[in-house]
Amino acid sequence: MLKKFELILTVVENKKLNNSYFQLILTHPNPLPEMLPGQFVEVKVENTTTVYLRRPISINDVDYKANRLSLIIKNVGDGTNALSKLCAGDSLNLLLPLGNGFTLLENGSAILVGGGVGIAPLLYLGGKLREKGVKVTYLLGFKYNSDIIDLSAFEAVGDVNITTEDGSIGVKGFVTNHPVINSKFDRMYVCGPTPMMKSVAKCAIESGTDCEVSLENMMACGLGACLGCVTQTKEGHKCVCSDGPVFNINELIW
Amino acid sequence: MIDTRVKIGDLELRNPVMTASGTFGYGTEYKDFVDFSRMGGIIVKGTTLRKREGNPYPRLAEVSSGILNTIGLQNKGVDYFIEHIYPEIKDYDTNIIVNVSGTCPEDYAECAEKLALLDKIPAIEVNISCPNVKQGGMTIGVNCAAAGSVIKAVRKAYPKTMIVKLTPNVTDITEIARAVEAEGADSVSLINCLNGMAIDAERRKPILSMVTGGFSGPAIKPVALRMVYQVSKAVKIPVIGLGGISNATDAVEFMLAGASAIEIGTANFVDPSVTMKVAAGIEEYLVRHGYKSVREIIGALEVS
Ligand SMILES: Cc1cc2nc3c(=O)[nH]c(=O)nc-3n(C[C@H](O)[C@H](O)[C@H](O)COP(=O)(O)OP(=O)(O)OC[C@H]3O[C@@H](n4cnc5c(N)ncnc54)[C@H](O)[C@@H]3O)c2cc1C
Ligand SMILES: Cc1cc2nc3c(=O)[nH]c(=O)nc-3n(C[C@H](O)[C@H](O)[C@H](O)COP(=O)(O)O)c2cc1C
Ligand code: FES
Repeated sequence: MLKKFELILTVVENKKLNNSYFQLILTHPNPLPEMLPGQFVEVKVENTTTVYLRRPISINDVDYKANRLSLIIKNVGDGTNALSKLCAGDSLNLLLPLGNGFTLLENGSAILVGGGVGIAPLLYLGGKLREKGVKVTYLLGFKYNSDIIDLSAFEAVGDVNITTEDGSIGVKGFVTNHPVINSKFDRMYVCGPTPMMKSVAKCAIESGTDCEVSLENMMACGLGACLGCVTQTKEGHKCVCSDGPVFNINELIW
Repeated sequence: MIDTRVKIGDLELRNPVMTASGTFGYGTEYKDFVDFSRMGGIIVKGTTLRKREGNPYPRLAEVSSGILNTIGLQNKGVDYFIEHIYPEIKDYDTNIIVNVSGTCPEDYAECAEKLALLDKIPAIEVNISCPNVKQGGMTIGVNCAAAGSVIKAVRKAYPKTMIVKLTPNVTDITEIARAVEAEGADSVSLINCLNGMAIDAERRKPILSMVTGGFSGPAIKPVALRMVYQVSKAVKIPVIGLGGISNATDAVEFMLAGASAIEIGTANFVDPSVTMKVAAGIEEYLVRHGYKSVREIIGALEVS
């Protein structure tokens, strides 16, 4: 297991990506520790009276050369709203890296399926898979046109396929309505809302494709200590924060 | 040199700072963030005679300055602890104390008896905030007779230091404290979680799977402080204070109110190295006020 740190990072940039998504680019005076795709950070939210617990956020990308960590966050409540107000130069207290991360294929092909802000961890994952010689195909689902963000970073890693529920861009419907999901892949990696992950898992089972999903349970410690974040597995309750957030669908009782 | 040592029964703590059960796992989970040699002790997760799967998800809710939980004492049972966890943690450079839970006096006693055989476990903390299956599920710790009978049974089975952890969900906590003192408790720790509830108004649903849950964190500190003050006046055995402690000032307040040691729970979730800061901050307070020993501040509250 990688050593965990409590680090105070500095905001280099807070980029508005659309009406509700923003990207925080963070840096640290010392080299960032190693982090794996699918792992997450726990962010301490300052300057609010309503937020007590840290907020778990996936690692979107790490640039070790520039010593930068990127997070993509959707503003859904008081905690993420406070984070959306951060400015360059502000500091942010993070615990990292937490959780297990995705298992990386060597060679072959993978489809990385993201729904909404669940696309966040798939950028770092795609980059690492590509380094391992894997052909990366993205399938990214959004509700509306207005939820879509600039996907050029994803396009630099693999083919990008899009669905929107209103059909304004890409294929109309859910990710499971996109024909690309029926192509042959060695593994599926999925992150998004639970109903979406369940329907993709169904496709994976039908086509006999290996499939890993990243769960987003409510968390307190993020370290496997409080047992608050459990999910039901074939071996009983497991902690999403420390045994996960990534699980092979074979392990889960869905 | 400031003397930060305190004694709870036969248990010697290098400083009064311990972690509260259920909030610090087995210590291992926090090893990257703390130095065990700067802690008085680690109180590990509630352990029961048999394995428990715990309650369904969702188990957590966030509320103003605190949280609600309904974990349901998920643990793998005392035999698993002894075989698999104890060997991993026994050489940590701090006191390892096991929190014992149960549903009837016999189960508590059997669990305690097994733990008594472990050299590196100098004490147990008996959690009586558990439902009594034999008495219709009523919480053991809300009734002097039920609490007394559990503590009597554990006392017979366990010769080392026995701390009894009290529930605050009672009319008069001093009565229960006196009842367990009379049955041979070496110390009482308080408070466990307050009963609470959270509702999602939009969905018209409770947030927790079990509808109600245990309330902890900074929000409960005033209640905990009041109870520690009352109990330390009512019993002769040392009192361990907890409930919402997040910094050294909080810890000092509990000691002034009568606590000989303190535990930190929920605050570990937000600040994983909080125990280090509290231990250092207590020393800083002692220096600033010209004390030579931390024991001088126990119960030193000046009430005119
Ligand atoms: C492993 C993991 C990775 C995540 N990655 C991302 C990401 O990359 N980008 C992103 O925008 N979001 C991510 N999330 C979700 C994010 O943590 C929540 O949206 C955020 O905590 C909401 O906080 P809030 O105060 O803004 O909203 P609140 O008003 O507190 O809550 C809004 C919703 O968020 C959920 N939530 C609140 N607190 C927590 C918590 N402590 N743990 C988990 N869920 C919570 C609640 O179920 C609620 O429905 C991730 C969650 C997990 C568990
Ligand atoms: C997630 C969680 C799990 C807990 N599990 C236990 C337990 O197993 N046994 C016990 O005696 N107390 C348990 N407690 C209660 C704490 O040890 C402590 O008494 C309470 O949280 C109040 O202190 P705090 O406000 O510092 O957290 C638990 C509390 C929390 C938040
Ligand atoms: S959040 Fe505490 S165990 Fe997972």
